[in-house]
Amino acid sequence: MEKRFVYADNAATTCVIPEVLEAMLPYLQGEYGNPSSIYALGRRAQKAIEDARAKVAAAIGAKKEEIFFTSGGSEADNWAIKGTLARLMPKGKKHLVTSAFEHHAVLHTAENCGCEYTLVPVEKNGIIDPEKVRAAIRPDTAIVSIMFANNEIGTIQPIEEIAAICRQKGVLFHTDAVQAIGNVEIDVEKLGIDMLSLSGHKIHAPKGVGALYCKRRCLPKNLIDGGAQENARRAGTENTAGIVGLGEAIKLAVSDIPEKIRRITPLRDKLIEELTKIEASRLNGDPVKRLCGNVNISFEGIEGESLLLMLDNCGICASSGSACTSGSLDPSHVLLSIGLGHETAHGSLRLSISEQTSEEDVRYIIENVPPIVERLRAMSPLWERMQKSR
Amino acid sequence: MLYSDKVLDHFTNPRNVGEIADADGIGEVGNAKCGDIMKMYLKINGGMIEDVRFKTFGCGAAIATSSMATELIKGKPIEEALGLTNQAVVEALDGLPAVKIHCSVLAEQAIKSALADYYRRQGIDPEPIVGKIEECEACHSDGE
Repeated sequence: MEKRFVYADNAATTCVIPEVLEAMLPYLQGEYGNPSSIYALGRRAQKAIEDARAKVAAAIGAKKEEIFFTSGGSEADNWAIKGTLARLMPKGKKHLVTSAFEHHAVLHTAENCGCEYTLVPVEKNGIIDPEKVRAAIRPDTAIVSIMFANNEIGTIQPIEEIAAICRQKGVLFHTDAVQAIGNVEIDVEKLGIDMLSLSGHKIHAPKGVGALYCKRRCLPKNLIDGGAQENARRAGTENTAGIVGLGEAIKLAVSDIPEKIRRITPLRDKLIEELTKIEASRLNGDPVKRLCGNVNISFEGIEGESLLLMLDNCGICASSGSACTSGSLDPSHVLLSIGLGHETAHGSLRLSISEQTSEEDVRYIIENVPPIVERLRAMSPLWERMQKSR
Repeated sequence: MLYSDKVLDHFTNPRNVGEIADADGIGEVGNAKCGDIMKMYLKINGGMIEDVRFKTFGCGAAIATSSMATELIKGKPIEEALGLTNQAVVEALDGLPAVKIHCSVLAEQAIKSALADYYRRQGIDPEPIVGKIEECEACHSDGE
């Protein structure tokens, strides 16, 4: 097959689609007014932001006044957790419950916010047992934060059950839904979610914009003080173009989720079926309860970064949970949390496809991965050792 | 993470990959837990590194530093191979990202470990000549 460019890293970021760019362009050109300004130019910018807020609210079944724009998912996570603890600590609620495989925006916040926290373990299939969340809740628990869908292995969590337990226990429930938005139908009212983080650049909006959904009764203390923007909850002159882009992108992302799932799932399953035919490979995460675009496979005896570099030479963009790609000595905490050994975690490959991925793209990946794995194994002393001990 | 063109070249087309069946010295350093293992094979004749081959499990920098290290000692006297430093490997590759410097240390150690094995086979205590081969600091501090 002729060399192609295949972008299979949509869980890392996505391209800005033409409809979104078009919606944004006026606010990067003539409509540059400060939304807080009184004159018509400013009022038009404010109107655009409020329209975008309505779109975000509609996309998740929330009210307009429950949506607060942020710089992205990480800020929303930080704000929800730090702001809630800051609000409730004086009332003696100083404990946080979260899970072992959260995004670092949540995990590092837990480590750094001066609270006590409990990490709920993750089952081998990458799903959290709601009963273990219940068991972790203490009388002084302020907030539970469990991600909607995992960013590495794509597993979708039993959010409704977890939210119900939190409600019973009188504890606030936050979910990082950055990966789930546009892939899973989300109605915050129906699911009983108090706070939810979302990000623009995972759904074809630009980088640098996201939102926190939060019920009025549990607004966290401010994280960023200053002006009166976002109803005096989040200071800083608004990223008007980014916010408009997020509004348009989320409207499109939730417009036909069932159809998206119908179209992408067979492509995902084809990748899983073919790539797990490779000797000594395994699928990470539940085969069914996973995002329609997520594939995560470990290949024994090879290291993820070198796999990614070779895939890049073939024009394929993907990601890995190896230590070298995580920028630390340890491989992905997500893969370790579901019981993988370090060696196996180092050799993981994440492919995240989207509605823009074609059948040819999938065939191209299936054609290119096996010879690369073989080539790396041929030069791997670890693989040699594994073969001998077999 | 920005790799130099030389690193990418040595990663994409690694030199001297493989094994030597009748090697005079074999060294292996690193561990699977840290994600890097390097294995070096030496063929030594008349005090010269006649041939050198490697096998590496690891990231792009691990493969590139192994490849470059073999190039730097191939056809050279043993004394030169003994004097190979990780800095020399880094310089020959036009630099490495800071987090990848340990790969060059591993490459230096892999060669020293193979030379130590060579001396041991001759019935010579390698430590006064090769020095002590420290466990990779990064791996060591990681602990269990």
